[in-house]
Amino acid sequence: MTVLSLVIFLPLSAALGLCTAPRLGDRAVTWIWTAASAADLALVIGLWAGRGNGDGVSYEEDVRWIPSVRAGYHVGVDGLSLPLLALTSLLFLMCAVHSLRRTGRTRAFAALFLFLQTVSLGLFAALDLLLFFVFFDLSIVGMYFVIAGWGHGDRTRSALKFFLYTFLGSLVLLLGFIGLYLGADPHTFDMVELTRTPALAGSPGLAGLVLLAIGIGFAIKTPVVPLHTWLPPAHTDAPAAGSAILAGILLKMGTYGLVRIAMPMLPDAWRRYIWVIIILGLVSVLYGALVAFAQEDVKRLIAYTSVNHMGYIIVALGAAGAAGDAAARRLAVTGAVTQMVSHGLITGALFLLSGVLYDRADTYDMGRFGGLARTAPRFSGLVAVAAFASLGLPGLSGFIAEFQIFTGVIGSGGAGLVAVGALAILGILITAALFLRLLHRTVLGPPGELTSLVTDARRGELAAVVPLLALAAVIGVAPRFLLDVIEPFSATVVSLVAR
Amino acid sequence: MTRENPADLLPELLVLGAAVSGLLAGSFLPRTRQWIVAALCVAGLAGGIAAAALASRRGDTTAFDALVLDPVTHVTRIVVLSATLLVIALAAAPMRGHRRESEFYVLLLLSALGTVVLGAASDLLVLVAAYLLASIPGYALAGFGRDASGTEAALKYYLMGAFLGILMLAGVTLLYGLGRGTSYGTLRAGLGPAPDAAVMVGAVLLLAGLLFKAGAVPAHFWVPDVTEGAPPAVAAFVTTVPKIGAFAALYRLAVEALAGSAPGRPLLIAVIAAATMTLGNLAAFAQTNVRRLLAYSTISQAGYLLLPVAVAGRTDLARPALLFYLAAYAVTNIGAFAAVVAVGRDDLAAYTGLARRSPALAVSLVICLLGLVGTPPTAVFVGKLLMFGAALDGRYAWLAVVAAINTVASVFYYLRWIVPLFSQGTGTEAPLDRSAQWTAYLATGASLALGIGGGVVLTFG
Repeated sequence: MTVLSLVIFLPLSAALGLCTAPRLGDRAVTWIWTAASAADLALVIGLWAGRGNGDGVSYEEDVRWIPSVRAGYHVGVDGLSLPLLALTSLLFLMCAVHSLRRTGRTRAFAALFLFLQTVSLGLFAALDLLLFFVFFDLSIVGMYFVIAGWGHGDRTRSALKFFLYTFLGSLVLLLGFIGLYLGADPHTFDMVELTRTPALAGSPGLAGLVLLAIGIGFAIKTPVVPLHTWLPPAHTDAPAAGSAILAGILLKMGTYGLVRIAMPMLPDAWRRYIWVIIILGLVSVLYGALVAFAQEDVKRLIAYTSVNHMGYIIVALGAAGAAGDAAARRLAVTGAVTQMVSHGLITGALFLLSGVLYDRADTYDMGRFGGLARTAPRFSGLVAVAAFASLGLPGLSGFIAEFQIFTGVIGSGGAGLVAVGALAILGILITAALFLRLLHRTVLGPPGELTSLVTDARRGELAAVVPLLALAAVIGVAPRFLLDVIEPFSATVVSLVAR
Repeated sequence: MTRENPADLLPELLVLGAAVSGLLAGSFLPRTRQWIVAALCVAGLAGGIAAAALASRRGDTTAFDALVLDPVTHVTRIVVLSATLLVIALAAAPMRGHRRESEFYVLLLLSALGTVVLGAASDLLVLVAAYLLASIPGYALAGFGRDASGTEAALKYYLMGAFLGILMLAGVTLLYGLGRGTSYGTLRAGLGPAPDAAVMVGAVLLLAGLLFKAGAVPAHFWVPDVTEGAPPAVAAFVTTVPKIGAFAALYRLAVEALAGSAPGRPLLIAVIAAATMTLGNLAAFAQTNVRRLLAYSTISQAGYLLLPVAVAGRTDLARPALLFYLAAYAVTNIGAFAAVVAVGRDDLAAYTGLARRSPALAVSLVICLLGLVGTPPTAVFVGKLLMFGAALDGRYAWLAVVAAINTVASVFYYLRWIVPLFSQGTGTEAPLDRSAQWTAYLATGASLALGIGGGVVLTFG
């Protein structure tokens, strides 16, 4: 068993320990949870430090699982998975810290989050389609129970919608995976082999169908307009920590899958349909931003900005299959991966912050707050930083990601992509407007009816949000440590998709 | 040359021996010591499983010109006998001290024996005999409680079984006339030149009986009534065990007897599969009785199981898909029924707050229900994966899509059962049945082990 397997299964074993241990107080449970997540983060930092910045897969482990269909427990770390593994372990630790003062049913809550952590880490490390799918499916089950068990409002209905919608996506995805398996010669589920020799190279029609299935599966998870309708209710009714994980980690599984599976394994089909992909991404960017602008509910607003931010990633990945300059396409992919990390940090922080509002006033309706800067200065400061980070202010991680995406998209091809880039920049303008509106209505202005209820952020809440925003600022100022890891991978993907 | 070595049938003989000696012993033992019969039956089943496991390491042969010993038979034997063992564990507490305790176990064993022969038969006449041996004890078991609902269930079960059995006999007669023989090998050669339409009629009539055992549309009407009316352990048995033999027999007919004839047959099976999974799911939506819910869920599962039969012979994945799915389905379904027996109530409301009374039982029920959906890493997931693979490889992509949509739809009613487990309040205070609880844990563990260790099992199959 390698370090990587330890990283993946440490949270799960902590969860099993929590479930079987007799009589634990709420404090003991949350501290064990935090300690396990912290240990996992330390191990991931160790992985990062020990890996260096080369290309290729490290910490690889390949154990036979179902040899008759050539599926295995194959895991490894490369320039795409490492940043996402780090993001996952950090965000889960912050959720643990955020929940330190939680009371009532903490044991099940902690066990569920630790389970979700194992599932997410396993997904980002998986190098086998079947193993990937196992984790993909389990993430849905875990999140269902988080929303149904600890949500608020119409949570059973929202959780059911989330489950049915994303489960449909996962089954379509499974059909696509089986298509890849049957198309490969010899039949295999191994991602490394499927990347080396793309399946279905000789039959473009079938490859298109398989890309359609895989694309729908990941588009629902990402989510891409028009397959996004499960997202707003799920976010609105999920607990704050659940929303942070859902937006910060689970949505990344969609775009991660596109980069890891769809692009390198079906390069011809990807190149053939880039315009479909780019336009869907652009629609997500603009539609997400416009709908977010009209929201009164803080969480729905953040949920729709997620649609917008994930749209940039889709546009960038589409542009990476264009015929233009290779350096620009590499930049687009690097920007897309950076955006995954950046969005995870910023949106995670925003959702944890929105949890403060609900904790104090039992509502997310921003019209009923106002002038929070006076009653809750630390909270307001953090909201302001997170909002500016989310709208892409230079000096924060969102800028680094989106700047690379726009430069890459505009540089990758002809007039069409220039127009796409220009329209996507419009999305930034709308996002800026809506976040400024949010700040005006909640943080600034005259006090609202519920303002007096909102006490300032507590130590635990600060400790959960500040590291996320601090890291966003570090990436915004000195992104080299991250880009050095991603760039070799981007070069590989761009050359693979151009085959 | 015909191979006539009784040792080839050791698993069947052990089960038969246990049943007969159990019946004899049961007539002499006082009521307080009838458990000895249960122990005898358990020993017979365990011996049968061991003998079957040993036999599975030898090459394929045919015994007495009527029973094939190949992986299909080996898996049928092991799964049927293990499932029966689990059902005996489920029934142990409710049957303790019952006035017909020994008869109960003997009937279970005889029905299981018939099911094994059903799966192994390679001759239509043996198939019919096995059908009767598997069915008749089943009718008696359905009415074992001697109450109104049990009587109705038994009557319905019997009438449908008798009617469809007659159709099946007519089909056997027709195929015998067309193929000039009843052994599958003879039929395969003899049916080639026969008119397709006539062969098709014979095949459809033959299907009638097997679809009855499988609980598939349009022979599914008995399933909900028997599942609800019979004693719970019997419900677990009749929705699980007879299916195994029926699907093995369907598969064998498809690849051995009818391979070269009746070209419309795969499409017909595919349509029946689609109808079965869809109708089962649609009917399950509105159920508030968990046993009826499980009954319709077993009907939809029969639809998924028919899929590999439809593509039999067209892809290498069909056989592993069918066999693995059968084993996975058997343990998962019995696990869900075990939870019902443990709680002892059938209405959904009784399951409210089960998670607080017994977290382990609630979790194992959740794993079994999500397992029936096909969530990894449970056994049914691997079965579904192989099933989807077989459908796509066998050029039945539309059927794979129908199966996928049905799987998503089924989540809805399983969740209707899962949600109350974790909600506030207490549905019932009645004590939980201990042995059923442990059976549930055992079945859940087996389902997870089969899913995670699926590779090991598949290499043997």
